[in-house]
Amino acid sequence: MRLSGKGLIDRTKPVSFRFDGNVFQGFEGDTVASALMANEVKLVARSFKYHRPRGVMGAGSEEANALLTVGRGAAQDPNVRATMQEIFDGLETRSQNRWPSLHWDMLSVNDLAAPFLGAGFYYKTFMWPKAFWEKIYEPIIRRSAGLGALSGAHNPDRYEKAFAFCDLLVIGAGPAGLMAALTAARAGADVILAEEDRLMGGRLNGETEEVGGMAGADWAAGVVAELEAMPNVRLMTRTTVTGAYDQGTYGALERVAHHLGDRGGRPLECFWRIVAKRAILCAGAIERPVAFQNNDRPGIMTASAVRTYLNRYGVAPGRRVTVFGNNDGVHQTARDLIAAGVHVAAVIDNRRDATDSNDYPVYRGAEVCNSSGRKGLESVTFRSLSGEDKVETDCLAVSGGWNPSVHLTCHMNGRPVWNEAIQSFVPVDGMIPGMTTAGACQGTFSTHGALSEGAAQAIVALDTLGISAKVTDIPKAEDAPYEVAPLWAVGGKGRAWLDFQNDVTVKDVKQAASENFASVEHMKRYTTQGMSPDQGKNSNVAALAVLADATGRGIPETGTTTFRPPYVPVSIASLGAGAQGAGFAPQRFTTSHNVSVDRGAPMIEAGLWYRPSFFPARGEKTWRQSCDREVNMVRNAVGVCDVSTLGKIDIQGPDAGAFLDFVYTNMFSTLKVGRTRYGLMLREDGTVMDDGTTARLGEQRYVMTTTTAAAGPVLRHLEFVHQCLCPQMDVQMISVTEQWAQFAVAGPKARDLLNDLVDDDLADENWPFMACGPIKVLGVGGRLFRISFSGERAYEIAVPARFGESLFGELNRRAEALGGGLYGMEALNVLRIEKGFITHAEIHGRVTAFDIGMERMVSAKKDCVGKTMSERPGLSGADREQLVGLKPVGPVKQLTAGAHLFEVGAAAVRENEQGYTTSVGYSPTMESYLGLAFLRNGRGRHGEEVVMVDHLRDVTARCVVCDPVFFDPEGGRVRG
Amino acid sequence: MRITCPICGERDRREFYYVGDAVALSRPDPDDGDIAWDDYVHNRDNPAGVTRDLWYHEGGCGAWLVVTRNTVTHEVLQTELASDAKEAMA
Amino acid sequence: MGYSGKFSGWRVLKEGLTGNKGWQGHWREVQPKPEYDLVIIGGGGHGLSTAYYLAKNHGLTNVAVLEKGYLGGGNVGRNTTIVRANYFLQGNSEFYSHSLKLWEGLEEDLNYNVMHSQRGLINLFHSDGQRDAFARRGNMMINQGDDAVLLDREGVRKHLPYLDFEQTRFPIYGGLMHPRGGTARHDAVAWGYARGASDRGVDLVQNCEVTGIDIEDGVVKGVQTSRGPIRAKKVGIIVAGRSGQVAAMAGRRLPIESHVLQAFVTEGLKPVIDHVVSFGMGHFYISQSDKGGLVFGGDLDFYASYAQRGNLPMKEHVMEAGMTLMPMIGKAKVLRSWGGIMDMTPDGSPIIDRIDGIDGLYIDCGWNYGGFKAVPASGWCMAHLMATDRPHEVAEKFRLDRFRTGVGIMDEEGTGAQHNLH
Repeated sequence: MRLSGKGLIDRTKPVSFRFDGNVFQGFEGDTVASALMANEVKLVARSFKYHRPRGVMGAGSEEANALLTVGRGAAQDPNVRATMQEIFDGLETRSQNRWPSLHWDMLSVNDLAAPFLGAGFYYKTFMWPKAFWEKIYEPIIRRSAGLGALSGAHNPDRYEKAFAFCDLLVIGAGPAGLMAALTAARAGADVILAEEDRLMGGRLNGETEEVGGMAGADWAAGVVAELEAMPNVRLMTRTTVTGAYDQGTYGALERVAHHLGDRGGRPLECFWRIVAKRAILCAGAIERPVAFQNNDRPGIMTASAVRTYLNRYGVAPGRRVTVFGNNDGVHQTARDLIAAGVHVAAVIDNRRDATDSNDYPVYRGAEVCNSSGRKGLESVTFRSLSGEDKVETDCLAVSGGWNPSVHLTCHMNGRPVWNEAIQSFVPVDGMIPGMTTAGACQGTFSTHGALSEGAAQAIVALDTLGISAKVTDIPKAEDAPYEVAPLWAVGGKGRAWLDFQNDVTVKDVKQAASENFASVEHMKRYTTQGMSPDQGKNSNVAALAVLADATGRGIPETGTTTFRPPYVPVSIASLGAGAQGAGFAPQRFTTSHNVSVDRGAPMIEAGLWYRPSFFPARGEKTWRQSCDREVNMVRNAVGVCDVSTLGKIDIQGPDAGAFLDFVYTNMFSTLKVGRTRYGLMLREDGTVMDDGTTARLGEQRYVMTTTTAAAGPVLRHLEFVHQCLCPQMDVQMISVTEQWAQFAVAGPKARDLLNDLVDDDLADENWPFMACGPIKVLGVGGRLFRISFSGERAYEIAVPARFGESLFGELNRRAEALGGGLYGMEALNVLRIEKGFITHAEIHGRVTAFDIGMERMVSAKKDCVGKTMSERPGLSGADREQLVGLKPVGPVKQLTAGAHLFEVGAAAVRENEQGYTTSVGYSPTMESYLGLAFLRNGRGRHGEEVVMVDHLRDVTARCVVCDPVFFDPEGGRVRG
Repeated sequence: MRITCPICGERDRREFYYVGDAVALSRPDPDDGDIAWDDYVHNRDNPAGVTRDLWYHEGGCGAWLVVTRNTVTHEVLQTELASDAKEAMA
Repeated sequence: MGYSGKFSGWRVLKEGLTGNKGWQGHWREVQPKPEYDLVIIGGGGHGLSTAYYLAKNHGLTNVAVLEKGYLGGGNVGRNTTIVRANYFLQGNSEFYSHSLKLWEGLEEDLNYNVMHSQRGLINLFHSDGQRDAFARRGNMMINQGDDAVLLDREGVRKHLPYLDFEQTRFPIYGGLMHPRGGTARHDAVAWGYARGASDRGVDLVQNCEVTGIDIEDGVVKGVQTSRGPIRAKKVGIIVAGRSGQVAAMAGRRLPIESHVLQAFVTEGLKPVIDHVVSFGMGHFYISQSDKGGLVFGGDLDFYASYAQRGNLPMKEHVMEAGMTLMPMIGKAKVLRSWGGIMDMTPDGSPIIDRIDGIDGLYIDCGWNYGGFKAVPASGWCMAHLMATDRPHEVAEKFRLDRFRTGVGIMDEEGTGAQHNLH
């Protein structure tokens, strides 16, 4: 029921929205919860397990009952708190976890079966018959569990992430936070003030109390106005600080546009990483409910929520309201109700010495012990010394006291301590380095106390940063002592709810204790207490008290579970913002990319790079046709391939040669200037790390190439070896991968192609195999390397990247004129398999130089990284799987990679496994499938037949073991 | 988590690559025997408390750092250039 | 049967009708005795399963499990609950295969519903090279007698239509499916083993921290604890996450570095992900629990840590991977994140061995982040080792000295002796 004249809503701006298909009216400034309440809608949700009817319970992000689905289609957003969702025209909301409707929910039969569905019942049943678990029981459980539903469609909304930095982060903008921010801002510090609500002010917006002689909300608005005008302050509303991380890093979720019908290009949410030199937590406190029989009915709410709806939203949550609790807040609630013209049916205060009133009936030393009304509260029963009595009521405001919001202080495993006076846990100093606490989250519940602590903590925090802040005048405010009597669970027979969301009752906690789940962690895990969407914010302390009572311990000895991030649930889309689609990783493009795409080449990922798979020619229908043609082209004419993605590291200095001797197994200090050498690099554990060629361009200058995948890791490794093992060496290195475009020109006509292009005479006397040097390419300074990954006469020609695209085009034109053309990764792979050249398919991190037949490349004359460990007994010998070639010799001519090898006649089982294939391809040159494989004692088995078995692809092929170099084993072609 | 690079200043953890215990600086001689090498490459003190480990400022200046750090609290106590630490050992 | 009586649907019905007053503790509360034949340090999943199989398979019941906190409070209570047998190296393959078989009979054996659910595991691959590596893995799984199916892109689409097949950064080429892979209810595994061990006479002692290991002349004599000394003929160290500290009590260093691995759960949602799915080009794996929460994780934070909590960079990476792979999960909200301490070894494979030079001292450690699925077989094999002094045949390669000798290194990732890369 809407009250006239009250609240911070804008009554000049009516808003209409839908809930479960019905249209409702509210005002700008309303949440779904307040607007539904204004429309006297009480039943808004169903509980998780028993499907009990539920209404709004609170007014903040900790709401345990009123979870709705917002929106429809791909963008539907499940489990949104009705108390946080601001209404806008066109907003569409639905209740969830009910079928067929909220009012008639079939699964509410679970409520009748409650005796059989108590704590942990599922651990004790559903075991027979065995096959029924996955087929019957589990699917039923899964369908009935869960709350809202994802749409199943790709997320259509935009999310963002951002970084922010400040001197002081103030978390929460209630009286403590506002004073802290104001004090720090006036001192000139860079301040971020983050507030979860759309309005700053905290409880001041929901109470009738005055601050500094004016309405609390007006005082808050005045402070906000002052802060807004200061350039050193960033005010962040609708922003929840969700986690405290190391070295002053905080996560924060800004709900940027959930309240807008038209987002105007804004993202829906932004996840902030805030780095703060100091932080003050001013998170306030959460009022706790009291457990009694049927305490979960719609219309039963926390007392502070009732005041918030009255004072901030101008809504009466009922027409006849009863108030129940253990502290003076219940009387404030009654006074506010009366002031708003709402009938107070009774005030039930469990304290015998509670103050009486002339305005409403007070029952002292009494406790509410039951309620009735299926889909909305109709009456409550209460018990006092004089016996039980019943009162007709449609709303019960409950206060079991307040729990300071200590959650963030616990994110680094710190434990809060029990404060007997306020019957709550409070934080202790130093739980989060650099963060202090002020106000209600510290257990200081008076407004005056909060204001003073906020100002004082700001001064202390700034002082540690060397900024002196002046003491600000503390405005006059409420300063009453907080008196509370323990009140957790009212005795009685039926079910009394603790964790409303997960349907955990007092009985469940007691049963857990009796089944030996007596430690607080066991109780939580056995009953699911505190594991629901509110993460126990409303219920954990009461559950602890019940457990403590059941196990005969005190609350402090019982201890707490750990609060972990995030403070409120955070969407995966916001934490993962930017990654959807191609944004997950950078895309690296070679200079030939556009030409390759224009030629119709399918581009495939190679790490972060894209490389052409093959270049389809007219009439070719399969990739194999293109690949075979490209291989033949290289073997018979000339092919051009972009190899720029290989890592290139420029290494310079007087000790460059000695350095390379240490990182490579073989010698590089002896390499002549103008020559290139193949090098093998080990990890310190003796396993092959990478291979490649390194060219000596000058006395003190080398250029190393790495495989595409290892470019980053190898540079990191080189820097490690230099800085950590031999910093005395005078050598420097830098990646030049992206500075040079490099193209392989391979084939018998490679020299013909290049002759006119470069200014040098490429006669073999000047440019023998493995020569390298500077060269002019059509007038552009470049480099030429006579190296080959195909076994043909080949050159790699490098130019500064800005000339890459034009050179690639030129090379292609000249190649085509000679009967050649471009070739892609598929052909490159076949060409290297024909020659037995290895890639990371072979040097996959488990093979040694011995395994690939290169143990003689490990120089005996010097130490190198990995040498000593490679000499361990297990890393060489006949038991090792060694690199071999395989050719099919049986009726099945196909080979597959990832198949296993067995002796002829042996069963294809693990115990008989002899090795596996790593790379295969069809060789048009040899007119056969060829395979590279690792085979136990393989080098000693050339000529032997083995069986290749690929269960997955159903291929079994008899093969002969041979040398891995299938084509031109003498190497005549490469030398020309 | 934030780490102060002696060259670049305080930076976010995501700029750094972690490799492990700073024992990596103390490479044995080739003939120190299998136990010394096993200790160097594999075995670790692995303290629950203060440790020294190696980080690489890969997204920054490329310096390898020795970071003195608490593995229980994640407090960073000191950072120094690994090359300085190595030369100090000589 | 035992202290808490047999569990069944009938029992739940009967107790429900009589006010649920007949339930007893799932294990006996005990005071530690001054002496046992065998003492297990660590009441996590592996320690409890070891105790259970010592009693069940070897008839050894004069056994105590000493737990410094609460039973099942280690990594068995903070993991992503995945159960699989999809290794490809000799040594690992037979071990995890054995473990999966034990899982498949676990409810019946323990009379405890651990909710082992063979929902099927799909490891996605994103290049031809990855496909070949996964094929090698899948073929080994079949060689071992386990199951594997190589799915192409359309095959994956049939099972996981919600993946982003069009826009994702690393296109989905296919997946290796392991139909018998799945999940289980992690806490229940610890409780079920605890109940089974307790019923067979094993003493489970909580809040009992081991502070020293008594060794005389190279022979174990017992342990010192926060609740006094306890003599024992044999002591097993099964304390993943604290292996280094406990081994140090016996003067040993281990090839282990401790790292934090984070995991995440969302609010409850109606069923949307039926399988366990892992991404091949970033760190992300996901399943949906029976309660409806999406349970997912990624890789280590990559720095040595005992903090049981992590930082934002890996959280963000994991969510980013989720968003590029299956952008339909964007509106699921992360409810809780946590961290476990992982014993990372130089080859990513575990250790079940005697400690050389100290008679009667055994260690089971180094589970990296694959320890949950190993709980049954680890206990089975550790019990065998402690009872018979011989390694069990499916765990005989889990030797401590393999790093020194280089014999039998099982580096499934191929990343070498850098502990955090496995």
